[in-house]
Formats: sequence, structure tokens, C-alpha cells
Amino acid sequence: MSNFVKAAVAAVIASSAVAQAQAEDIKVGLLLPFSGVYAALGEEIETGFRLGLDTFGEGSGASFEIVREDSEASPPVGLAKTRKLVMQDKVDVMAGVVSSGVLGAIRDVVDGAKVPLIVANAGNDEATGEACSPWITRMSFSNQQVNRPMGKYLVDQGITKVFTIGADYAAGQQMIGAFAEAFKAAGGEIVGQEFTPFQKTQDFGPFLAKAKSSGAQAVYAFYAGGEAISFVKQYDSFGMKDALPLYGAGFLTSQLYVDAQGRAAEGVVTALHYVPTIDNEANRQFVEAFKVKAGHLPSEYAVHGYDAARALVEAVKSGATDRETLGAALQKTSFDGPRGATAIDPATNNIVQPIYVYQIVAGEGGAQTQKVLSQLPAEADPVNGCEMALIN
Amino acid sequence: MQADLGFWVLQGLNALQLSMLLFLLSVGLTVIFGLMHFVNLAHGSLYALGAYAAATAGAAIGFWGGLLVAPFAVAALGVVLYLVFIRRMRRAGPMAQVLVTFGLIFVMLDLTRIVWGAQALSAPVPALLDGRLTILGVEYPAYRLFVIALGLAIWGVLALVLGRTQIGAMIRAGVDNDSMAACMGIDVEKMFFLVFCVGCALAGLAGAVAAPLLSVTPDMGLQILIPTLIVIVIGGLGSLKGAIAGSLIYGVVQTFGAVLFPQFASILIYGLLAAVLILRPAGLFPAKG
Repeated sequence: MSNFVKAAVAAVIASSAVAQAQAEDIKVGLLLPFSGVYAALGEEIETGFRLGLDTFGEGSGASFEIVREDSEASPPVGLAKTRKLVMQDKVDVMAGVVSSGVLGAIRDVVDGAKVPLIVANAGNDEATGEACSPWITRMSFSNQQVNRPMGKYLVDQGITKVFTIGADYAAGQQMIGAFAEAFKAAGGEIVGQEFTPFQKTQDFGPFLAKAKSSGAQAVYAFYAGGEAISFVKQYDSFGMKDALPLYGAGFLTSQLYVDAQGRAAEGVVTALHYVPTIDNEANRQFVEAFKVKAGHLPSEYAVHGYDAARALVEAVKSGATDRETLGAALQKTSFDGPRGATAIDPATNNIVQPIYVYQIVAGEGGAQTQKVLSQLPAEADPVNGCEMALIN
Repeated sequence: MQADLGFWVLQGLNALQLSMLLFLLSVGLTVIFGLMHFVNLAHGSLYALGAYAAATAGAAIGFWGGLLVAPFAVAALGVVLYLVFIRRMRRAGPMAQVLVTFGLIFVMLDLTRIVWGAQALSAPVPALLDGRLTILGVEYPAYRLFVIALGLAIWGVLALVLGRTQIGAMIRAGVDNDSMAACMGIDVEKMFFLVFCVGCALAGLAGAVAAPLLSVTPDMGLQILIPTLIVIVIGGLGSLKGAIAGSLIYGVVQTFGAVLFPQFASILIYGLLAAVLILRPAGLFPAKG
């Protein structure tokens, strides 16, 4: 035992003395859903994350070892896997988490064990609000961040009466809620609001008929996954796009679904923090490299993984080697990436990033593509009861 | 807004469309249930496979080709399932059957994910049905009308076969009392095999029809399973009349419930289910008197 302590002390001293010079081995616990309803997102994020490590990891002098765990979409499973990563694998840092439910479940373990966690998707507002933790850094988005700017944007377009529709679960409520609040604050009126049973609704026909007769000028929607595909296709099949233009949170017409939606998605205007057509050098390089690796264009989920990896590498480059130093360095993340200028907000540990309003249009060869209509300035979320402590 | 006639026509068509989709699924399952008291929970997975088969074949040979291929592909899988699992599970009792077919759901879920990926697929609506038609002053997607027409046509054919032909009489006899039917010289096992294959084919057809309407995801079979079971329980085991009545009730309650009482939409159908179980435990139109 005492030999072990001595060895450990020696190792710590040795590693801190020659941190910059010697190859450091950083153990990363990647907690993602590889099965269940979010499996497609898990794959996308992992591909982005590995690409990010390959791209930026070279000059860091460290080697990264990934321990991969499947959280499914289940909070209890995510919690068990987190305990394994933290206690058994003794990872230096964790990354991933798609479901907000899983993030809520593992928050206390991560916070208590003081293991830095880079969130690569889960967007629930509380995670960087009242339940924030200095150990949890979010490199993806928050639900309100993506939707709030669309409130004013729609009023600026001359739309003052909107019907909202979304999936009835925490994320759906927050996304639609943030939009509705900003829209009303800008002078708009919500003439009807509908939340459909989450993952139980396959036929949106009844709700669409209701929207049609509501007297609204436009519909604002939030759906993701299979529901997003069904919703957009059914919206189009009822011929509603002409009379009632469709707006929404950008997940609705994500790069991940737009091929399956096909022509039905054309004309839909949504807002998101990333689309593959953003015009900057970092994005062009990312899109090229991702296409070579995955065979398709990157979605916002891929960029979450990619930027999470980059944040980790930058932290290592700044001299961080263990849980504590990594956690402290991650709080200071700031770089220009595929999404433009991104930085971690010191007040909440949430990412601050521009939001892009984009429209799906027919591109070359008939495939649908995203035309960026407007880049809305980066805006930090309200603090919402978060009392953030800096690690050091 | 709800006084508007157009609104009711539109929602009525929506309800009918949902009913017909459920009918295609539940009719096969209910007859298998009724005929052999066999609980096949994997029926929903066959529907998902039908959708995948139609989406894949459709990409190569067009929608109509896919619509034709899917039922046969799924029926072929049904033959395999029958030979490997179902035949030897026949006398194993309902608990073992439920466990095996429940396990099959997850096996097939992962198989579809391995073969087709976790990403949702989509099948395009055929050009012929890509527009909208005006009915009673309401514009309605032509494809959904096609689903309604197809469901009604299948109902008609099945009613004719079950009610007016010799094989139909044999199936009804089997449902009513299988040992007596066997004594009368009917090869009940062979008939079960036939009905099972037709039921599988209908599930495949339902999947193929649903593919352009919904998105094709590995878990679509799980999502449709509960509604299908509700239809069967409400309608009564083993009867065609029960399947169509149950489907219509489910479609109407679900559609109008979602629109008129959104806050109760998810529990309304379960409430009805509970009421039926209390008042008519065998369902509204059970096959056995």
C-alpha cells in the first residue's frame, strides 16, 4: 500500500514537472447512446469526437485513450456507466451525454467526484442554470439558446400570430417555451399551442388540421429524430407550407434528417447553432475531413463531438494533466471553430455561440441543402440561479 | 373553429386513415390469436421489416415494386419464424410464447439496426399519389386516401374469403373449436401455418404502406405494437368484425381525443380499454359465442 502511495506521489511529481515535455496519457470516458432511440446521434458524436482528437491532438504531446460506454437513452443505465467510468476506469475526463435525462441523473456523481464532463449534446437549461456545476462544461447548446432569437426574428419578418407545436417532454417544453416567451416579448401573439405525446405520435394529421384553422400566420415547431421526418413530410403532404410557412428549432430539418425529408423540407426556415453550409475556413476543413471519415455531411451532433474533443485538446495544451487541472482549463475554453467564435460563459459553463437562421433549399443535383439567411449574434443565457465557482 | 364542417371531415378522414393502417396489422394478429391461442408479440417487428423492405426495394424498383415485394419478403420471414420457433412453441403455454416472441422483438430491432443503420430512412410517395384531392370541400393528401381505400379493399376481400369460401369456413370452425374442427378432418396445423403467413404478409403490407407516411426507424414496430394490442382487446379475439371495429374505435378516439381533449389524449384510449375489459371482458365482437 505504502509502495503504491509512494509510486503515485512520484508519478504526480514527475508528471507535473515534465508535463509539457513528456507524452501524457489522458483517459477519456465517452458516454454515449450506442443503442436505443438516440443511437444515430451517438454514432455521429463519436465520429466527430474521434476526428477532433485526430485533427487537434497531434501537437498536444499527449495520447488519448477512449473508454466507450453505452448509456442507451436511460438515466439509470447512464448513471451506472458513469460510476464505472469514474471509479473503476478512473478516467481523467468524461465526454458525451445525449439525453438530458441522463445528464440530470449523472450530474451529482460527476460533481461529487470532481470529474470534468464535457457535454456533447444534452441541452436542458437547468444543466447550466440552477443545477450548474464547475465540473460540467457544455460544448453543445442549451434549449433556450437555440430558440430565443427566433422570437424576435419572426416579428421582424412581419409575423405576429404563430401556432406552436412540439413534442411533449422536457426539451420540447423548454424549446417551445423559450421561443414563445421571446416572441411575446417582441410583440407577437401565440394563437394556439400543442404538445404531442413524445414518441407516441406518428400521425400529425389531427394537429395539423387544428393549426390550419387557428388563424395563425405561421407554425413554429420542435421535433427531432423520426418525429421530425414524419412531421415535415406530413406538413407538406397536407399542402400547408404555402398558406402557413413552417418555422422551428433547427433540429427539425437537421442535416441528419434532411435527406429523408427530401422535397418536403424545402422552404422550411429554422434556427440552429450549426449547419454544414456555414461559410468559414474552419468549417470547410471540418466538413471535408468529416466527409472522408463518415461518408456523409456532418450534422450539429458531429460538431458537438468535434468541438468537445478540441476543447479537451486545448485544455491539455494549456498544461492540464488530471481531473482538477482539466476541469479548470475547460472552463476557459475559447476558440474559432466551424460554428464561428465559441467560448465558455464563465457564469454558467455553457457555450456562447452564434445562432444561424437557415432555409432548406434545393441544391445542386436535387439534394436539399441549407441556405444561411442570417447569423444572429452570440448571446449568453441568463444565469438562472447558477452560482458558478471557478475551480482555480 | 370546431363548428366548421371542413374540420370534421378532415379529422374524420385522419381517423379513418389511422384505423385502416391499424386494421391491416391487427387482423393478422387477431386471427392467429383466435385460431391457435398463440401470442405473437413480434408482429410489430414484422411491420417494421415490411417498412424497411419497402424502403429498400422502393429505392431500387420504385414504390409499387416495393409495395409488392414487402408482403412476400415478410411472409418468407414468417415461414422461417414458424419453422424455427412457433411450431415447437405451440404447446408451450402463453407465458413461454410471450417471452420468446418478446425476445424476438429485440433481436429484430437490433438486426434492423445492424443491417440498415440507426438513422431513420424514408420512402418517397409515388408520383401518382403525390398530390391532394378535394373531398366535401376539403383538400386531403391523395396518398392517405389510397391508404383508406387499400384498407377497405383488404377488409372486403377478407370478409369475402372468411365468410363465403370453404377455407374461410374452415378457419372459422378452427377458431370456434379447434379440437372439434380437427375431428371433422380439418388439418388445423396446416391452416394455422397458412393463416400465419397471410397475417405476416399483411403486417408487411402495413409497413410498406406506412413507410412513405411515417419515418422508417428500427423502433417503429415497438411503437405500433401497443395500439395493435389495444385494437384486438377492444374488438375481441379472433374475429374480422372485431378487428375492423376495434381499429375504427381506436382511430376515432385517438384522432378526436388528440384534437378536442389534448390534455387527456394519451389516457383516453386506455380508459376506453379499461371500460371494455370491465363491461365486455371478451371484447366487443369475440369470435367465440
